[in-house]
Amino acid sequence: MKVPVKWLKDYIDIDLSPKELAHVLTMSGTESEIKYLGESWDGVIIGQITAIDPHPNADRLRLATVNTGSGMQTVVCGAPNLTIGDKIAFASVGAHLIDGHTGEKSILKPAKIRGVESCGMVCSEMELGMSKDHEGILVLASDAPLGKPLAEFLSDIVLDIDVTPNRPDLLSVIGVAWEVAAITGKKVKVPDLSYSESGDAIEKQVSIVIEDADLCPRYSASLITGVKIGESPEWLKQRLMACGVRPINNIVDVTNYVMFEYGQPLHSFDYDKIKTNKIVVRRAKNGEMMQTLDDIERKLDGNTLMITDGEKSVAIAGVMGGANSDITDNTISILLESANFNAAGIHYTSHNLKLVSEASMRFERGIRPDLTVHALKRATRLILQLAGGCAAKGIVDVYPQKQERKSLNLRSSEIKRILGVGFSNEQVAGTLTSLGFEVDIYPNDEYMVTAPYWRSDINIEVDLIEELARIIGYENIPTTLLSGSIAHQEPNYLMDLKSMVRHTLVGFGFDEIITYSLTNREMLAKAYASNTLHKEPVKLDNAMSAEQEYLRTNLRSGLLSVLQSNLRHEEGPIRIFELNRIYIKRENDLPEEPEIVCGLMYNPEQEKSWPLHTQPFDFFSVKGVVESLLSSLNVDADFRQSDDESLLPGFQAEVLVKGNKIGVIGEVHPKVANAFDISEKVYMFELNINSLLTYSLQQTGYQAITRFPSVIRDIALVLDSGVTHKQVTDIINRFSLVNEITLFDVYSGKQVEAGKKSLAYRLIFQSAEHTLTDKEVDKVLQQILKKLEGALGATLRA
Amino acid sequence: MSILEQLEEIKTQALCELDAIDDNKKLDLWRVQYMGKKSRLNEVLRGLAALSIEEKKTVGATANQLKLELEAVLKEKELSLGDMFISAKGEDAIDISLPGRKPPLGHLHPISQVIDEMCRIFVSMGFQAVEGPEVEWDYYNFDMLNIPKEHPARDNMQTLWVDYENEKGERPMLLRTHTSPMQVRVMEKIKPPLRIVVPGKVYRYEAIDATHIPMFTQIEGLAVDKGITLADLKGTLYEFARRYFGSDRKARFRCDFFPFVEPGVEMSIECIVCKGAGCRLCSNSGWLEILGAGMVHPRVLEGVGIDSTVYSGFAFGMGIERIPMLRYGIDDIRLFYGGDLRFLRQF
Ligand SMILES: [Zn+2]
Repeated sequence: MKVPVKWLKDYIDIDLSPKELAHVLTMSGTESEIKYLGESWDGVIIGQITAIDPHPNADRLRLATVNTGSGMQTVVCGAPNLTIGDKIAFASVGAHLIDGHTGEKSILKPAKIRGVESCGMVCSEMELGMSKDHEGILVLASDAPLGKPLAEFLSDIVLDIDVTPNRPDLLSVIGVAWEVAAITGKKVKVPDLSYSESGDAIEKQVSIVIEDADLCPRYSASLITGVKIGESPEWLKQRLMACGVRPINNIVDVTNYVMFEYGQPLHSFDYDKIKTNKIVVRRAKNGEMMQTLDDIERKLDGNTLMITDGEKSVAIAGVMGGANSDITDNTISILLESANFNAAGIHYTSHNLKLVSEASMRFERGIRPDLTVHALKRATRLILQLAGGCAAKGIVDVYPQKQERKSLNLRSSEIKRILGVGFSNEQVAGTLTSLGFEVDIYPNDEYMVTAPYWRSDINIEVDLIEELARIIGYENIPTTLLSGSIAHQEPNYLMDLKSMVRHTLVGFGFDEIITYSLTNREMLAKAYASNTLHKEPVKLDNAMSAEQEYLRTNLRSGLLSVLQSNLRHEEGPIRIFELNRIYIKRENDLPEEPEIVCGLMYNPEQEKSWPLHTQPFDFFSVKGVVESLLSSLNVDADFRQSDDESLLPGFQAEVLVKGNKIGVIGEVHPKVANAFDISEKVYMFELNINSLLTYSLQQTGYQAITRFPSVIRDIALVLDSGVTHKQVTDIINRFSLVNEITLFDVYSGKQVEAGKKSLAYRLIFQSAEHTLTDKEVDKVLQQILKKLEGALGATLRA
Repeated sequence: MSILEQLEEIKTQALCELDAIDDNKKLDLWRVQYMGKKSRLNEVLRGLAALSIEEKKTVGATANQLKLELEAVLKEKELSLGDMFISAKGEDAIDISLPGRKPPLGHLHPISQVIDEMCRIFVSMGFQAVEGPEVEWDYYNFDMLNIPKEHPARDNMQTLWVDYENEKGERPMLLRTHTSPMQVRVMEKIKPPLRIVVPGKVYRYEAIDATHIPMFTQIEGLAVDKGITLADLKGTLYEFARRYFGSDRKARFRCDFFPFVEPGVEMSIECIVCKGAGCRLCSNSGWLEILGAGMVHPRVLEGVGIDSTVYSGFAFGMGIERIPMLRYGIDDIRLFYGGDLRFLRQF
């Protein structure tokens, strides 16, 4: 809402500077900014058109000769409304304007248009930043001083107010005046609503029927005959333009003016086009068609409220009038509508038809029905003043759903309970009265409060408490810390686990990535060698773009494409992970949102740095990360061959805990890597954090440190190459004196037979009860070797 | 050779060798050889036990004398070697400017860091961190938060809806537009007193540009108990701002509107760049809006069966991305979710 400060001063005296005014309004909840209309009009002056000639090379362009007060300038102009003698806004070269086509700020340069030099421009409202109108040039009042800067003539300081959805009353200049009154302690001066009536009683000339009172609680109307349609006076046009509305004619301008003044939208009908002399307010029939003022044929449904004359529709209630009852230059009688329409109904219709107007914006926020008569009388008075004619006796006021203004009980104890501070009777009554509330002080520090008729947001006691807090000022509320009982606390193991996993992986050298949860099917499928999706992802109804139409079902695609884009400038090693949710569709329920951690490791070459301690990553690099991570969480994991579609067969494993799969590790399938333009090997791990949570336990005890010395034996075994490390250690672990087994070499090659390999282990023997003798250890070692030979065909390497 | 003769020999040898020593490494060896536990001197002294008391006295005195003498020359030598202790010469020297063998260094995402830090502050004030679903029902995201259907307040939160229709032909599933639905979910389960913070992702129907993305992060807070006041809200958020932004950072509260609170509050902090003087970042106001808050609306409390005449509470919500953007002067919000390691490795 744009509120010209000059206009605001019609209703209240303001001592504050515009900046201070904006500040105090902002602090009390009415976020305001100061805009100077015309602050950027450097180089724009008032000129007069003295001659119009055809353009030699273009039919649609004309050459206008402009008297600038200090000389004549010829400019090329395409506007249809050029008239000799009109005062206009003339921009000379170098002026700051808004480009009429792009809407961007620009500086006017000399131009040759179709072969004719043009030194300047006759401006439209849009080029001056006054409205979106770029149809024709702005025509100024005939008394505009020739040659003077436009800013001196037209400029105004405007409060640009960001109105919150609960305060439709602030979509009016008077509503803002009441806010200013409460803050500054000044009184509001309300406009004069009186006018003289003549002619027949209105009831004899118009009847009004409301069929759907739920959508139309109140309909008020007046009738003015014998008006003369014409231009509005300059002051009125200027105020409307400052509010961003284009003047049309004196009748429509008055309805708009009063809408900005009171916040009540009005509509004017050409009374002679309402042949039945009757207004019927009813729901549209499903599929009913109607041509609106903008000449668009619109299809309506049963939730849309229509204004009809009993036979044909003349307007879509509260949204837009019809072409068939519009005010024209020949109109002589006006039926003026000031009605209240249901907020939800207007919201529905305006969104359904994609027709958002100043009127619908006010109705959908829920304005009070009390406003209709005030605004109606004000508008009738102004029309009589500006367009002449005479008003019929009385007004029609159909009000089937009368909404009484509620009186609310306000208790000092409640003020203190919510704000933490109490106020005196004078403060409470004074503050509320200054906002237009009626306040009765009762004994026991209670008040009976009635909200002013223009406020629709005051429904319960706490609404009054907010009024007190915001006007007295939040800076005057004390500052205390929470006291009272300590709130119920339950450990959140999942969040703790996620935090531990994140920090551990960062400690292992991984960089954390967060990618968008919204993606597309193609991207998701790219993570699989078959390039197909096996799970149908959750789809959006109204996606911004096809790229972000689905919720992801894996983290792999996002991470691989992050790796892909980083490879444009990184060589490696790259270790990245994401710990976030994926979304799994469920029947008739919200999707499941499991927390997944997925990591990628990429290091095709040895690091080029002097300590040379990193090797290219391989399967065991990623396995080691998962083993250490799980071990830090006290989880014992097994690994088993797997067939994950993102990973290369034979180079991947499932991660099992107590026989249950919690994730996978392995080398990314070259087909998948290629799909992301990655030609080198990439290793991936993926763990389900929710599954992990089931097994990750607090440490329960510890192993006593034995005081007896240990004995070390190294053995190198020759085995069939099919025998696994795990088979060997499973056997050795059965011997209780073996405290630790460490694999320190894996060899296959010339030095062993074909089809064989050698595994070398260091075994550490230790007893908790006594010092082991060599003899004792050798005996156990012999037993171990015998077992290994029997079960796996192992022999000692020579 | 008598013991005294042996001591004499040790002395001569030691002093002679010490003379030739020109670096600390050799000096160390010398120290071990002549003054260490296994030195000849100690060996000689261990032989003392076999002597008569009279002999013990003379030999002991001589040995002690020698020990003191050796200590003195050692000290002298140390001093004379001087600088050589600090910088070795020749082939033993290392170039200490060579880079160390660094363990690989990972980086926590800046958004995770902010969430961690904020949660830590609120947890220390007795709040508990909880999380909730990102795909929600409009019941929790809107209805129960006093945002009815066909209300303009819904338009302020451009919603991404899920392609889902229930038996009644309604389409009630959406991506949550704020973390506030968790207020309702938690209050349905836990009765007051309660204090929670809820970090999480939220979604809006927004075209992507430098300041808008369809997915971003919020942190929500809620405290409900008997006797919680607007003064407590101010105090708690002041304390948060003091701990997070530093104790000299001023904070200011003003009235604002959110359908699920009454009175509504907006908190600003003194501009990080101009410290209140006014600059481009704060559009010359000197203040930066950082969070919305307010006293929980009675309708929200009653909706979950909490008696609003007995209990009261406050709630607050804050966008996470804005904080590091302000702190580090990041001017493009897309950087957080682009995965560019050149950006992420700076945090
Ligand atoms: Zn600033």
